[in-house]
Amino acid sequence: MAGVSAWLPFARAAAIGWMPVANGPMPVAPRDHSKRKDELIVLNVSGRRFQTWRTTLDRYPDSLLGSSEKEFFFNEETKEYFFDRDPDSFRSILNFYRTGKLHYPRYECISAYDEELAFFGIIPEIIGDCCYEEYKDRKRENAERLQDDQEENKDLKLPNMTARETMWRAFENPHTSTMALVFYYVTGFFIAISVLTNVVETVPCGTSTHQKEVPCGERFTVAFFCMDTACVMIFTVEYLMRLFAAPSRYHFMRSVMSIIDVVAILPYYIGLVMTDNEDVSGAFVTLRVFRVFRIFKFSRHSQGLRILGYTLKSCASELGFLLFSLTMAIIIFATVMFYAEKGSSSTKFTSIPASFWYTIVTMTTLGYGDMVPKTIAGKIFGSICSLSGVLVIALPVPVIVSNFSRIYHQNQRADKRRAQKVQKARLARIRIAKTGSTNAFLQSKRSGLLDELLELTGTEADEQKLSKSVSLLESQHYHLLYCLEKTTAHEFVDEQAFEQNNLETALQSYTSPSPSPSSSHGESTSTCCGCRARRKNTALPEPEPGPSPGSQSPFRPHHPQRGPLQELSAIHIQCVDPASHKTSRSSLNQKAEDGGRVNCRRGQVTTAIISLQAPPALTPEGDGLHGAPHQRRPPPPPIPPQAPPSIQTMSSSHIVKVSAL
Amino acid sequence: MKTKNRDQSLSDSRELDGSYDQLTDSIEDDFELSTVCHRPESMDKLQDQTKFTKKELQVLYRGFKNCGCSLLCLCFVPQECPSGVVNEENFKTIYSQFFPQGDSSMYAHFLFEAFDTDKNGSVSFEDFVFGLSIILRGTINDRLNWAFNLYDLNKDGCITKEEMLDIMKSIYDMMGKCTYPNMQDEAPREHVENFFQKMDRNKDGVVTIEEFIESCQKDENIMQSMQLFDNVI
Repeated sequence: MAGVSAWLPFARAAAIGWMPVANGPMPVAPRDHSKRKDELIVLNVSGRRFQTWRTTLDRYPDSLLGSSEKEFFFNEETKEYFFDRDPDSFRSILNFYRTGKLHYPRYECISAYDEELAFFGIIPEIIGDCCYEEYKDRKRENAERLQDDQEENKDLKLPNMTARETMWRAFENPHTSTMALVFYYVTGFFIAISVLTNVVETVPCGTSTHQKEVPCGERFTVAFFCMDTACVMIFTVEYLMRLFAAPSRYHFMRSVMSIIDVVAILPYYIGLVMTDNEDVSGAFVTLRVFRVFRIFKFSRHSQGLRILGYTLKSCASELGFLLFSLTMAIIIFATVMFYAEKGSSSTKFTSIPASFWYTIVTMTTLGYGDMVPKTIAGKIFGSICSLSGVLVIALPVPVIVSNFSRIYHQNQRADKRRAQKVQKARLARIRIAKTGSTNAFLQSKRSGLLDELLELTGTEADEQKLSKSVSLLESQHYHLLYCLEKTTAHEFVDEQAFEQNNLETALQSYTSPSPSPSSSHGESTSTCCGCRARRKNTALPEPEPGPSPGSQSPFRPHHPQRGPLQELSAIHIQCVDPASHKTSRSSLNQKAEDGGRVNCRRGQVTTAIISLQAPPALTPEGDGLHGAPHQRRPPPPPIPPQAPPSIQTMSSSHIVKVSAL
Repeated sequence: MKTKNRDQSLSDSRELDGSYDQLTDSIEDDFELSTVCHRPESMDKLQDQTKFTKKELQVLYRGFKNCGCSLLCLCFVPQECPSGVVNEENFKTIYSQFFPQGDSSMYAHFLFEAFDTDKNGSVSFEDFVFGLSIILRGTINDRLNWAFNLYDLNKDGCITKEEMLDIMKSIYDMMGKCTYPNMQDEAPREHVENFFQKMDRNKDGVVTIEEFIESCQKDENIMQSMQLFDNVI
């Protein structure tokens, strides 16, 4: 309802289309008791005076300025509303009321702005699309900064950490303890040794008896083997220790680092178990290549390596595009060169795949010179190839570079996943705010406020009290919806009640009438005012002997003692979701007792599917509610002296099915 | 009226600029269209022609001019918001804010047709105020006439059963599906039958304006509900 309160008179006028077709009389319209003409109100924010129309502020009754909460800030002497807040931020807040769009000023600090919004009761999700990205970016940066601060504090040792947790912490943050640091350096040293060994193994050193240069690996086989064994043992021990200390072994085993660890040490063990067979020795040699993967173990020791790896992963699409375009160009030029050079004798371009090598070398401007075109056509196409190579490679590369710099500067958080969640959360919150208006109508209908307003009886005090609880705008809106109900002879119900009704009609065909004089004693699940907890599908308890003493639970309904046998199949007692009450600020502003009283005093029963002659009386209090089950106007009972002011929160409306057996 | 024809303003701007770029023509077109604004007649004239006071006109205009902008954030629907006139999309959006549970677009469409008296596809402030003046400040006969005009979709002077059925369906659509009792499909049709039984005196299948007014005047429920509009604003 927020921004369209100005259009409410139009919507009500448009109801003229319903009047001639309605079959019954329309409810009486709420009257404007305040008789307040639209007036200018002055908002004094730390000395700077803003002026606006009252109706402008009334557009958003869920915020501080739009509700009666601003009366707390009214200064009697100066007849203005004084707020001790930042006047600069207030500008954008007031503009929100005027234009309906909330903007985030770039010069503003994000947390200060958030505080202002929270103070004035405006949810930041309303920020217009023009400023929302900026707002979210700043907020994320801020959150990350805070998170960094927290992470530094995380290194403090918590008391009562098990040995396992200590070990894991030591592995993850080497600078936390001396042992961890020692371990860190030792593993780093051994990785370096291992890599060096692999390299030196292949260097030719000295001659053997066969007058031939042999690599050191074959000359000092035993030494190298011992070195390799030692390194692999260290790595294995390290891996097992990490595996033991990991809080979630499954996750640890799936992580990239542990896979690298496994790949680094596996070749050795495979080599151990493999026999010295001619066939497999070839494979064995291949396996030794994998030993070089030990160098990747350095990435645990270097943050930069990890960043690089992450960048490449996140630039996968650009890299893929680069590869694809290069492949296309290579194939094209290789084909062209092959056919161009086909004519010349003793040419190296023996086939198209053979020309691939030339194309790649030329496009990347390497130009080894081992394959050179000889024909004129070949030379022409060769030059075109080298020129286009520069272009094709140069175009996607800046994209990758900029990606890298962006990620590098943001320190590689998982942006995308978080943004999706936030977007969903944002939409969800706005949806909740919108459905609040629907629920507010249904809720006020049930609580009979509507009837109160329409009832012309009642003292002035009563009317004043009630007009406080629901703003005039809202009451007019509800009156409009009520007229529509009357026109179509149907009522609005909320989703859950609708489902229940459908379920009920299905169930009704199965319940058999019972002869016992079961009375319709149901436990109302009114959730406000600290009433008794809910119970779903309770069987009917024993009928109460008389009016319950008000002390225990003044809101337990009870039935009349007298009365004929009552058969009933089911009763629906729908309780209203008091959480929706929260969405209308005006109702929050009244004292909690009032809210509680108003809620619980009115019958919580609105719809009842009862198939019996004498309807039961269900009231939250000692008064009997006689009459038709659909009666929505209980006679105003006296205000109970003890109404616990607490309003408990419930998440959804509750439906109690009480069936007679 | 100081309405600028859209084409007129376009050609004006082109002459002034002298720089009419073919390449970016389309972008300039859009820019031009969005800045065309419509100014209503002076308040005195409106005051003479309608039955509203100056203050009421002020309040109405302020709300009108703010037409769609405040809604866009709530709806996340990017729509044009030309200031000064309301087009049918905005109309439907505004009206749907009041009926969150059902689908009010059809009824809003009929309303739009009824308000847009000069049939130019948009409701200007004058149209808006004239319509409201009849509904809120007119005599009961005026109101009944307006309602008849609303129902008579093709404006031929009589309401057929099909027209009434469309209107009735649009009203029932506004309730949505979560109602008690459950919404049956024949509910609008039954309602239309009731209506025709009440209104159609000579049983010729259509309701003329005279029959309509006569029947409404006899029905005291309708008379009473017509008085509801006296103090809407």
